[in-house]
Amino acid sequence: MAKYILKRVLRASVTLFIIITILFSLLRLMPIEGYFDNFDKVSSTEIQVKLNSLGLNDPLPKQLGRFYNQLLHGDLGTSNIYRRGVSINTIIAEKIPISVKFGLISFALSLVMGLALGIWMAYSTRTRFKIGDRLGTVLIVVVQAVPAAVYHIVIQFVGSQYAGIPMLFDEARPISYLLPILSLSIGNTAYYAMWLRRYMVDEANKDYVLLARAKGVPSGAISRRHIFRNAMVPLVQYIPGSILSTLMGSLYVESLYSIPGMGGLLVTAIKRQDNTLVQALVLIYAVVSILGLLFGDIMMAIVDPRISLAKKEGSR
Amino acid sequence: MSFFKKSADMLGDRLNEKLARDLDESAVLADEALAFSFAEFHPEAAERGGYSNYSYWRATVRAFFRNKTAVFFLCLMAATLLFTFIQPLLPGQKDPLEVHYGEWGLPLNNVPPNGEYWFGTNSIGQDLWSRIWAGTRTSLFIGFSVAVAEAVLGILAGVLWGYVRKLDFFFTELYNVLDNIPQTLLLILISYIMHPGVSTIIFALSLTGWLGMARFIRNQIIIIRDRDYNLASRCLGVPTRRVIFRNLLPYLVSVITMRMALAIPGAIGSEVFVTYIGIGLPVSIPSLGNLIQTGRSLMQMAVLRYQLIFPVAVLAVITISFYIIGNSFADAADPKNHVN
Repeated sequence: MAKYILKRVLRASVTLFIIITILFSLLRLMPIEGYFDNFDKVSSTEIQVKLNSLGLNDPLPKQLGRFYNQLLHGDLGTSNIYRRGVSINTIIAEKIPISVKFGLISFALSLVMGLALGIWMAYSTRTRFKIGDRLGTVLIVVVQAVPAAVYHIVIQFVGSQYAGIPMLFDEARPISYLLPILSLSIGNTAYYAMWLRRYMVDEANKDYVLLARAKGVPSGAISRRHIFRNAMVPLVQYIPGSILSTLMGSLYVESLYSIPGMGGLLVTAIKRQDNTLVQALVLIYAVVSILGLLFGDIMMAIVDPRISLAKKEGSR
Repeated sequence: MSFFKKSADMLGDRLNEKLARDLDESAVLADEALAFSFAEFHPEAAERGGYSNYSYWRATVRAFFRNKTAVFFLCLMAATLLFTFIQPLLPGQKDPLEVHYGEWGLPLNNVPPNGEYWFGTNSIGQDLWSRIWAGTRTSLFIGFSVAVAEAVLGILAGVLWGYVRKLDFFFTELYNVLDNIPQTLLLILISYIMHPGVSTIIFALSLTGWLGMARFIRNQIIIIRDRDYNLASRCLGVPTRRVIFRNLLPYLVSVITMRMALAIPGAIGSEVFVTYIGIGLPVSIPSLGNLIQTGRSLMQMAVLRYQLIFPVAVLAVITISFYIIGNSFADAADPKNHVN
């Protein structure tokens, strides 16, 4: 186990290094307007002077080396346009708490709702009209098929026009938290429900469940102790990743409801063309996503000890 | 020795005679005896012994059409697609970019839906009906292009990855690295760096979209590449290319189609997303993304809501149809569902 986790962490570090390098190189192609807050007014010599002073005319490996050096000192650079001259660390430190708050609340909500819906659907496949299963399937299909960008708008539209909930986020009014949290959690709810239902139905058809039933184990106990537990194993892997996806999803939701968080910040930085801020945020998101996958694999290994990185033998 | 043979022959002859006699008698008898008469020998019929007339594609189509929901969405999607492409050819259609002016030379902006402008006009006086169908064409073009690029790259990489053992390590490591880059992030980055436009979006989405397809095909090919019929082909000296195209890929057509069908709504959604964050298509190229984006900014005003509701409805119909058809087709293509 420890060996597996160690290997997996090492692998993730290598991946992280490669991805940061790729992204950093790609980011060098950003339009140079994004380094100036007054690009239209400065002359071309001034532009060259500024680019030289920022070291942007240096060869790529040199820039990369300097960037890693800064990164290891915990320095992400300073913003050029969004808040001129303010260090990005300061900007982000103000934004992170609110994103984390929304992310965690909606994650907890989606876990509870998703598992409840999945169990209800799996249970309902054994009833006569399968009402729960049908209703749940409609929800899942709509959420999976319609782009998130669209159903978030629909939620905002219906909630604000017909339920009288404020359209934009307002820190002083707790009711304005409702729509963003609903928007953030609905995707994961559908996801958990879909997979839990499928795994539970698969599990319920296995022979050992039949044996338990034949022995006379009460069906409640079979569901709780065998079916649900085994069905949860493959789901565990997605949990860290979905914390990540609430962060990524919040990219859209946060700016839709003007929540002053990380996701809204990236959208603003892109709209305002603030290169250094875009660079820092893109790299942070990449790191978060790699960590999500890493923790997912580690949790999976803890829950199911049969997994290992060892190569499968016997293939020719 | 010959005695035994002779007696056996005699026995056989006698049996035959008896049978022939019985046959004559029974033939004279009533109809039910016919059930026990000798059948005539047909060489063609003899060839058919133990042969099943199971056809994979016929069974797949039958299983698909048994699913009424899927058939409904198939008809809906076929009608929508057909209409999207014949709409500009119909009489009386307006140009999606033309600004319409009223009697006093003022633009007819924000006209609610009426007989002349079926879906109303937008804030600068363009006809929303023709803009929506032009936008649907743009979005579908993006969706289909991404799906095709994904299929071509994914099949190529997947086949090499699965079939050529020396490349397995390389592709596995490549996949492990690339799969860690969130697609949304790459989409944002490419759109930010490059000039906004249809080709940028297609490029950005195709850049990582093939990964999932490649991995899926690789896993399938590893499962089937050493089956007996492939070994036989290899032993007979069939060239690798022919093994891949004739033995392996036909087996995967159904899953490839399914993944392509599911890639289309994904690509359309991504276009809506990048347009929202301001690095998508310009308003001069109507797309479902910028129509929804325009409608969203106006949704506070109850009279202008039609500008949001119409594009959202069209988009929902298209994406849900593709999603349901893709999934139902995958179920129908699974031989496990062909039994009954």
